[in-house]
Amino acid sequence: MNTEIPGVILTYALVIIFAIPLGRYIGKVFKYEATWADKIFNPIDNLFFKLSGIDPSREMRWKQHLAALLSINAVWYIISMLVLTNMGRLPLNPDHNPSMSADLAFNTTISFITNTNLQHYSGETGISYLGQMMLMLWQFISAGTGMAICAVVFKAMREKTQPALGNFYSYFVRSCTRVLLPLALVVATLLAFNGVPMTFEGKETVTTLEGISQKISRGPVAAFVAIKQLGTNGGGFYGVNSAHPLENPNYFTNLVETISIILIPMAMVFAMGYVLKRKKLARIIFGVMTIGFLALLIPTVYNETQGNVALTHLGITQSMGSMEGKEVRFGSAASANWAIYTTCTSNGSVNAMHDSLTPLSGMTTLLGMMANCFFGGIGVGFLNFYIFIILGVFISGLMVGRTPEFLGKKIEAKEMKIAMIIALLHPLLILAGTAISCFLYSKNPTLYASWLNNPGHHGFSEMLYEFTSSSANNGSGFEGLGDNTPFWNIACGVVMIMARYLPIIGPVAIAGILANKKYIPETNGTLKTDTSTFGLMVFAVIVIVAALSFFPALTLGPIAEYFTMH
Amino acid sequence: MKKNLLPAIRLTLVCLVFFCGIYTTAVWGIAQLVPNKGKGFTINQNDKSYYTNVGQSFKSDRYFWSRPSAVDYNAAGSGGSNKGPSNADYLAQVQQRIDTFLARNPGISKQDIPSDIVTASGSGLDPNISVDAALVQMKRIAAVRSIDAATLKTLIEQQTEKPMLGLFGTSKINVLNLNLALDKISHK
Repeated sequence: MNTEIPGVILTYALVIIFAIPLGRYIGKVFKYEATWADKIFNPIDNLFFKLSGIDPSREMRWKQHLAALLSINAVWYIISMLVLTNMGRLPLNPDHNPSMSADLAFNTTISFITNTNLQHYSGETGISYLGQMMLMLWQFISAGTGMAICAVVFKAMREKTQPALGNFYSYFVRSCTRVLLPLALVVATLLAFNGVPMTFEGKETVTTLEGISQKISRGPVAAFVAIKQLGTNGGGFYGVNSAHPLENPNYFTNLVETISIILIPMAMVFAMGYVLKRKKLARIIFGVMTIGFLALLIPTVYNETQGNVALTHLGITQSMGSMEGKEVRFGSAASANWAIYTTCTSNGSVNAMHDSLTPLSGMTTLLGMMANCFFGGIGVGFLNFYIFIILGVFISGLMVGRTPEFLGKKIEAKEMKIAMIIALLHPLLILAGTAISCFLYSKNPTLYASWLNNPGHHGFSEMLYEFTSSSANNGSGFEGLGDNTPFWNIACGVVMIMARYLPIIGPVAIAGILANKKYIPETNGTLKTDTSTFGLMVFAVIVIVAALSFFPALTLGPIAEYFTMH
Repeated sequence: MKKNLLPAIRLTLVCLVFFCGIYTTAVWGIAQLVPNKGKGFTINQNDKSYYTNVGQSFKSDRYFWSRPSAVDYNAAGSGGSNKGPSNADYLAQVQQRIDTFLARNPGISKQDIPSDIVTASGSGLDPNISVDAALVQMKRIAAVRSIDAATLKTLIEQQTEKPMLGLFGTSKINVLNLNLALDKISHK
């Protein structure tokens, strides 16, 4: 116990130590400044552009950026559907796993190209190695998409009055080759040397010491897990994700994987500070995100290390904390720690089963996804936060009776409308989805009996979690939910598409419109956005939006469960 | 839209070759330097080879038991119970495990049972148990194998894996390693 908490502190300290220089490096990559890596990557990038017939110096306006993003995502969708529905007959399938049904392939495809990685299949039996490798490609390039579009917004924020915002493909390729690839190689190497498999051989059958036959599922795991963690993807190689002893064999790999979850999302904040030359603004944003993050992390670690009250009543000892669904090599503190890292960042990988978390920890993981901007997904987490900044600017402007301005640009009706729609989209998708599923279930509980693994309030939480996870593009689950049915596959698929692309389109549109406007130099009358007062304001906006939207639903699920147990 | 599609297709194919082909091959190449060439760590005893990191089912009285598993240690289909903390069926199941444990471990009282030995792990393949979970089984093993408790206690101490750098994380025992070591000192 007393060695578990220091592990939690160590993790966060190491994240900050790595994220600051990485943020600076990403900033340089986005600004096309010289870095140590140019010698290696300039030729590689040029090869990418030459083979793809792309002129990386062609300047794009914000609408052209969005067109480029949406078309390349459409291409990925078609390729992925074709492979997943036919992989049973395609090569690299030593275990003879079958092709996916159309609705499952739809869900899986959407899930991976939107950086969600919700998995309604199980890795060991539901997909071939070819399918896994293709999903790994989406893990790289969907993360690259998030970084690239965030770079566009940074550029738009920096420009005084300038419609040209760089080249989308160029940002995209640079993000993939110069940031994701080197980090993934380092992480994959660390994992492989700690016993994570990296082989193309199929399952091996061994006999256990007690003489039972056991089939060991292997595969190219190390390469897959590295990018899954770094790219806020989260889709595991194995069904139980990083709880699996081959996907995450020891405390050290757990540390590496936990840091990888949040490293780039945090570095993006510092990258913004570098690109805009506004270090103070970056520190304020980092501060707000950290406060929100710790406000969820601390109670979760506390609750999980305290154990499950219901088990205490049975008279056993819980010195390790609540251990249902957790692994002894991590313990309850590191598992609770991971649960918050993964839900705040839209990663969605797990090292313990969230369905078995104690009620209030279930709630904090939900809240992480409901806010979805305490670091958030790669690139898109910052875009979500940007929406809250715009709202914060507007509300504080009204409060002090000044025209709302952000970075020297007036915020007017059009931008506010977009910001409001995007801020309300997330609650709408979650609550409407949960309401529809509850309606169906309560009308015909026998027909849908296979949906829920737990009765009562916890069963409600399972449905709420699934839609929250889809809408946050997170991908973790209360995995007891019987979710491989046409309803869940299609409903979650639709939610994931809307929750991915609209919150990209909105902020890019706002930033693009603002970049075009006339620059007004800051004066004494300007509302300062890089102060802690303004930071507090933004934090309040996030809390109010989340609280007003979600607390009624949370009351029916985790909060009610908590009170029935105490 | 149309002028975006062709570059998108070509760029996707280049990415496919680079990130699936070259990246994966590079990691595979690095993994060839790892013991057992990236196929997972194994341990050999009596000419048989076992995966150290993959938990095995141990249910007989002569071995230290591993944790309950929702998938009965199926390493081709991992899974947790996904039972909620307040689920009545789940609590009844844990109660049953406690009763079984007490019946087969005479001389142990309820409050000596650590929760990890009666709750299912996340993966269903947890290779570890807590140190307390090994100590609480000592009496049974000592009786079945006719070893004195002091020898067993030393064995457990030897097999205890300390927290990382002695500072971070949990103390734990790899059940397979412990049982292999147990077989070495007693064949009964």
